[in-house]
Amino acid sequence: MSLMLVEVLSGGVRGGTSILYAALGESVSERAGVVNLGTEGSMLAGALAGYAVASQTGHPWLGVLAGAVAGGLLAAVHAWIVLHRGGNQLATGLVVLFLGLGLTSLFGASYVQAQAPTFKEWAVPGFSKLPLVGDILFRHDPLVYLSFAAVPALWWLVSRSRWGVILRAAGERSEVLTTNGRRVLPVQYAAVIGGGMLAGIGGVHLSTAYTKAWFENMAQGRGFVAVAVVMFAARQPLKVAGGAYLFGAALALSPALQARGYGINQFALDAVPYVATLTVLIVLGRRRAADLPEGLNKVFEASPSG
Amino acid sequence: MRSGKKLPFVLTGAALLIAACGSSAKSSTTTSAAATTAAAAATTAAPAGTTAAAAGTGPGAGSKKVGFIFVGPKDDFGYNQAAYEGSQALKKKFPDLEVLTAENVPEDDNATRVMEKMVSDGAKIIFATSYGHLDPALKVAAAHPDVAVVQQGNFIKDKVPANSGTYFGTVYEPVYLAGIAAGKATKSNKLGYVYAFPIPQTIANINAFELGAQSVNPAVQTLVVNTSNWCDPAKQAEAAKSLFAQGVDVITQHQDCTATITKAAEEAGKMVVGYHADASSLAPKGWLAGSEWSWGDLYADIVTTALSGKFTGSKYNANYRVGFKDGINPFVQSKFGAGVTADTKALIDKAKADISSPAGSPFKGPIMAQDGTTMFPAGVPDYATVESKNTVFVKGVIGEIPKG
Repeated sequence: MSLMLVEVLSGGVRGGTSILYAALGESVSERAGVVNLGTEGSMLAGALAGYAVASQTGHPWLGVLAGAVAGGLLAAVHAWIVLHRGGNQLATGLVVLFLGLGLTSLFGASYVQAQAPTFKEWAVPGFSKLPLVGDILFRHDPLVYLSFAAVPALWWLVSRSRWGVILRAAGERSEVLTTNGRRVLPVQYAAVIGGGMLAGIGGVHLSTAYTKAWFENMAQGRGFVAVAVVMFAARQPLKVAGGAYLFGAALALSPALQARGYGINQFALDAVPYVATLTVLIVLGRRRAADLPEGLNKVFEASPSG
Repeated sequence: MRSGKKLPFVLTGAALLIAACGSSAKSSTTTSAAATTAAAAATTAAPAGTTAAAAGTGPGAGSKKVGFIFVGPKDDFGYNQAAYEGSQALKKKFPDLEVLTAENVPEDDNATRVMEKMVSDGAKIIFATSYGHLDPALKVAAAHPDVAVVQQGNFIKDKVPANSGTYFGTVYEPVYLAGIAAGKATKSNKLGYVYAFPIPQTIANINAFELGAQSVNPAVQTLVVNTSNWCDPAKQAEAAKSLFAQGVDVITQHQDCTATITKAAEEAGKMVVGYHADASSLAPKGWLAGSEWSWGDLYADIVTTALSGKFTGSKYNANYRVGFKDGINPFVQSKFGAGVTADTKALIDKAKADISSPAGSPFKGPIMAQDGTTMFPAGVPDYATVESKNTVFVKGVIGEIPKG
């Protein structure tokens, strides 16, 4: 049984990494007061750009760079419409998602059959020998390890650095920044585009590390899961990581049980990740409302659906 | 000052949007379910019925157009690509025939809508190529008695309408042969099968794979994992990991997109049996064998039958199954990998000759189900019996069929 636990948790880290990157990006964006439902689109853009560039150049790390740029570009469209043209954030995010879906389906067609160099599993010497923890955390691809570093780095950046104070001020009460003689828009642009770049890297992990293939719409809703994770984790990087891995583990549970011969209703099993997410949402719901950046409160109050 | 600084933003944004809009419009012609090829043809559509009389009056007679709907994209390295290539082969055989295609057509009322559009544009022969397209296909058939609507892979349980039918190859025959290669190659005696949904066709494949392997290696088992999705590469990656963790050393699949599992096997140093398409280039070391589609000839024969007005009462006006026994199974063996020995190939050739003869079948009884009851009594079942009995796994398959 402990073997199965290790398998599910290790799968949770592996499968949760793309969600983690996207959720970290979305939490930065939301700190600046912008919800980006186009995160799924940025993931797809990153997944394709990463796979395509890795395939063309032979270097997966160049793919990571390209994926970040592609994800950031799509997020820039969102930022421009929302920040400059006064578009509704939720509606614009959905439009940006479909834009990303359409563009990647079109340009991605020729890469479905392409081969690309991919990130390989690399066991960290020493650490991978640790009981349990070694198998769960230290037998993955380099992008997983990079995400381990990204979590505390973002925590420090948002919660402890001077830049973090400015970022949060932009999302909480932008008047304070204006009074302080700073411009709000560049901060928000940087946060939204930076968030899109992280989502793009999440997409790169999906295509060039996890599945080693590009296929249209391959994110399969993981970008939306990322947005939900951010909501219930109250935009805090450590909790975001927990939520992303929880979701990944829930996804890994199904094949782990089946490979051992257990027949469980596949539809119930498929619902586990969503039920888990929803449950946490409900439990943390009250706290979430209190924690919401004031700038974001406006978004939800202004939305027709409330 | 401010507007001067803003300008670059505005320009970049506008350029992006314009580029994006232009491209996304193009994208919908190649990927959306909107049957845009059909829309383009609308202006040239002949008034319905004017040409039918010339070549007889059966459903589909004298049609100038033939329509195809696919559940996925035409370049998925799998099922939809094979069907699409079959549809394009028609253009060569029938230069005067216009072939309408629509990709990514969901298995719901959208399919009805897309097919209705094709019919109104003048197509009187429609191929609905996904399992779940049957109900929409029957709706369209009922509404248009002059249109022949055939469906690929499902089974009409009630009376078959005069202008409809289903057709399919006996997919499990080459899968059975590939199972022999897997059974000879495995060291751990554990084979893995990643599938999408427990439909009869898939269950027959899994059973045939295990039976083929058992025929040369009685100790072999097949472990199954479903993904409840025809193409979610991330779920496939995790399924492969789980199976390898259980000691599986030969993996195969019934998925629409096949690259992820094939590469996962190669990277893990395991062996792989293909399905839908020849993916041997993705696994030069681990590729053993596989099965793939070759639809062109069967499509052409169905079209010829319908065009001549003789569809009703023909073999295609039924649940038509064709296999090795008839010599033109559209599901054929992929090429063998380098690791398959001459000995194994000889065994497979012998088995092929056997199941092609009247006295042989992968499901030649007696065959026991997983729970020990008799699934097929002694004797050789016909194609219809094989299809209707494959609702449970055979003995040797490890895993349960999920209940919906």
